[in-house]
Amino acid sequence: MNFHAYLSFSIWLPIIMGCLVALTEHEVRRLTLSLSLLGAVLSFLVTLPLYAQFSATATGMQFVEMVPWIQAYNINYHLGIDGISLWFVLLNSFVTILVVIAGWVVIRTHLAQYMAAFLISSGLINGIFESLDAVLFYVFFEATLIPMFLIIGMWGGPQRVYASIKFFLYTLMGSLLMLAAFIYLYFEAGRSFEILKYQSLTLALPVQILIFLAFFASFAVKAAMWPVHTWLPDAHVEAPTGGSVILAAITLKTGAYGFLRFSLPITPNAAHSLSGMMIGLSLVAILYVALVALIQKDMKKLIAYSSVSHMGFVTLGIFMFNPLGIEGSILQMISHAFVSIAMFLCIGVLYDRMHTRNIEDYGGVANTMPVFAAFLMLFVMASAGLPGTSGFVGEFTVILGAIKVNFWYALLAGANLVFGAAYILWMYKRVIFGEVVNAEVAKLTDVTSREKFFLAIIVVLIIAMGLYPQLITSTLHTSVNQLIQQSSVIKY
Amino acid sequence: MNFAFSSIAPALPEIVLLISLCLLLLLDLWINDEHRFYTYVLAQLALIATGIAVVNAENGSVVTAFSGMFISDAMARTLNVFSLITMGFVFAYSRLYSQDRGLFKGEFFVLMLFALLGIMIMISANHFLVLYLGLEMLSLAQCALIALQRESKNATEAAMKYFVLSALASGLLLYGLSMLYGATGTLVIPEVANAIAANTIDPAILVFGLVFVVAGIGFKLGAVPFHMWIPDVYEGSPTSVTLFVASVPKIAAFAFIIRLLVGSLGAMVSDWQPMLVIMAVLSIGLGNIVAIAQTNIKRMLAFSTISHMGYLLLGILAGNNIGYAASMFYVASYVIISVAAFGIVLLLSRHGFEGDRLDDFKGLNNRSPWVAFMMLLVMVSMAGIPPSVGFFAKLSVLSAVLDAGYTWLVVYAVIFSLIGAFYYLRIIKLMYMDDPTTDQPLVTEPDHLILIGLNGLVIFVLGIIPQSLIDLCVNAINHSFR
Repeated sequence: MNFHAYLSFSIWLPIIMGCLVALTEHEVRRLTLSLSLLGAVLSFLVTLPLYAQFSATATGMQFVEMVPWIQAYNINYHLGIDGISLWFVLLNSFVTILVVIAGWVVIRTHLAQYMAAFLISSGLINGIFESLDAVLFYVFFEATLIPMFLIIGMWGGPQRVYASIKFFLYTLMGSLLMLAAFIYLYFEAGRSFEILKYQSLTLALPVQILIFLAFFASFAVKAAMWPVHTWLPDAHVEAPTGGSVILAAITLKTGAYGFLRFSLPITPNAAHSLSGMMIGLSLVAILYVALVALIQKDMKKLIAYSSVSHMGFVTLGIFMFNPLGIEGSILQMISHAFVSIAMFLCIGVLYDRMHTRNIEDYGGVANTMPVFAAFLMLFVMASAGLPGTSGFVGEFTVILGAIKVNFWYALLAGANLVFGAAYILWMYKRVIFGEVVNAEVAKLTDVTSREKFFLAIIVVLIIAMGLYPQLITSTLHTSVNQLIQQSSVIKY
Repeated sequence: MNFAFSSIAPALPEIVLLISLCLLLLLDLWINDEHRFYTYVLAQLALIATGIAVVNAENGSVVTAFSGMFISDAMARTLNVFSLITMGFVFAYSRLYSQDRGLFKGEFFVLMLFALLGIMIMISANHFLVLYLGLEMLSLAQCALIALQRESKNATEAAMKYFVLSALASGLLLYGLSMLYGATGTLVIPEVANAIAANTIDPAILVFGLVFVVAGIGFKLGAVPFHMWIPDVYEGSPTSVTLFVASVPKIAAFAFIIRLLVGSLGAMVSDWQPMLVIMAVLSIGLGNIVAIAQTNIKRMLAFSTISHMGYLLLGILAGNNIGYAASMFYVASYVIISVAAFGIVLLLSRHGFEGDRLDDFKGLNNRSPWVAFMMLLVMVSMAGIPPSVGFFAKLSVLSAVLDAGYTWLVVYAVIFSLIGAFYYLRIIKLMYMDDPTTDQPLVTEPDHLILIGLNGLVIFVLGIIPQSLIDLCVNAINHSFR
């Protein structure tokens, strides 16, 4: 067996770099910035071999690392990825670079701690996607709360303290019940916390339902499913730009990932018998929350509600139990990550200049910031699901998956293409078009080269994914088919 | 009558401690206030000497002394080492604070060491009366320590309260023990266990005695409904004494429960299990809820202690070795965290300023990022959020309870740890998200800062690799009880 520790590197390198950055608290800004950028870029580079050496046809986990951790409880440091988690690791490591660049000049206080929090949380999030041991997973899952709590609470807006505590307690509530389920499964699996062993257990239906609900409490909150999404608008609005980006692009995905990795394979019967509830909640999220987004006055809040709505597609796709639905939901997650990063960065660009996020304070921005307006146009189109952008690929695949199950699901989900276009285009119209409404807008300066750089990167990604989704789906097929096999077996 | 040293060898650590504290008492007469630092050094040396005696006795076997009244087993040795190390930290953290408040006297050290002696005797007791002897030694010394700040009204009140309630609890305990003596005809712990296992005794008398014993245990532990003294004592005592009250005696309380409930009344597990369930449920609930309303950190930590003692009981009520080991791990990690918490409160206090209000933590990150980070670790650990040693402690007691079949209790404990997380988070919020009310620098000495750093490092490292501490506890329990 040849030695590889790419997964460990992807977790520990950002954490160690983050600790180093934190030590530069009283040093010059330049040192902090270059060290954190170096850390983020290096952490992304160490994840590239994962993609290069990934075998799209092999079943099971790859790059497995296994070291006994706490023998008294048979807990192992067990890492591994499959086609599903591969993309999240890459995505997360990549987003960290953007976050570091986005905070470049904006953050004025405790810069070192800000950068350190993001690097550390990046490493911990990689851990979530790579763990194959339930306790290890739980440790990473919870540990990410602390940096995010500090990020919202220290660098956020006026209501930051309320938002950060709400975020923390909401998500902690769910995960504690998941911990109880893990301990129960530990005894069922013959004193083992191995996720793969959990997946081969045969549990009675009532037990499965309880465990499913415990998982649901955790993952639905994380994935911001309606009606437990209310932490998200608060957290999004108050968080600094980088924090919103990580929340929308990555944190939400850990919840959906949890459904794929835990709920479906471990409790398949419960997942099938409760799928009606899950689909119902997803459709409510898709349609109702889209209408809620329509009336928002705050741009960030609007994007936050649109995130809930887009995540509805993700959960809808997962509970279709067919390859198109699940692959669609993964595509939708990645696409939503790009789109929401782009939207939050754009709002950040405006906010840094005007220090307001109210839609009515803007108007006619296209006159003073033409390049920016062009960028935002593309992102808005991607969010509305224009063919040729990544947004189309995800939503369309999910709808294809849904129509195989039930025409009405597909029809209702498809209606969101109208609502989704409505709220986002209306916002675009009010902010960008028209006459210059006030003196502040007239004084706006167009995007700087630093901002152009990170917006252009996302444009490339959105278009590339929209035109050539096979790049992603080709590595998904094997893992998704395996997942569907596991979750369709009747385990009595 | 011939005397062989080997017959008292198991008690060597206690003997060394007694001799060295007597020496300290005498030598202190020649040390005036300016050179009181030497007393401190002598006290630390006494701990080291005792520690060497404990470690040297390590041979993995169970030995008894004084006609079976005194026992030295793996659990006793491990707990003794925990106590000694914690005591060393207590002395070091409290030095500057005590100097500043005129508490830095010979009595302070002598009383602390006497309390420690009581603790060590409790840990190694194999006889009801020896157990009681150790308990009273601890209680009396602790009572004097609480009242050490003579001119403070709060301290005097706390001491009175502690004395009266402690006397009452001792009375209850003695009454219960006398019932057990009447039923079994012996006071030696293993013989009591044998007599009960023989199954010839009327269970009514045993249960009657057991109820009083459990009440006495509840008091020493500070579990609801016997918790009344904890908040007042924590708040009223000088912080250097609170630091002691909140740490080492918890180890003794754990040993006390194990010796009484497991060692002698192990056969009655089905009788004491429901009692512990009630105490655990009440402690976790009340401790966590009332802590939210506190504005004084010492009082808040007092209620948090009550809830932690509830979690500690969870492991014991599982009624098997895995559960006891989980509880032992819990108490060890709790003591490490608690010492660090009060160490930081002491660090914040300075001349004429206690630093014990929650508001004193405001903006600590601006004043000292390092200390703020240590407090963050402590709070995260107390809340049981990974990666921290507190999480693994909770995980181990919860899995023990689930194994014993109390699924609802696990869900209950988990939900209340969420409520607990709120007030720990509030401290983090104050430190990181609020502006400081004062920009005065922290007054401290390097040894205090280094030790706080070391303490935080231990919490952090144990949060990542808790294996060693868990193994230590599992081995200690498995070698002592089969």
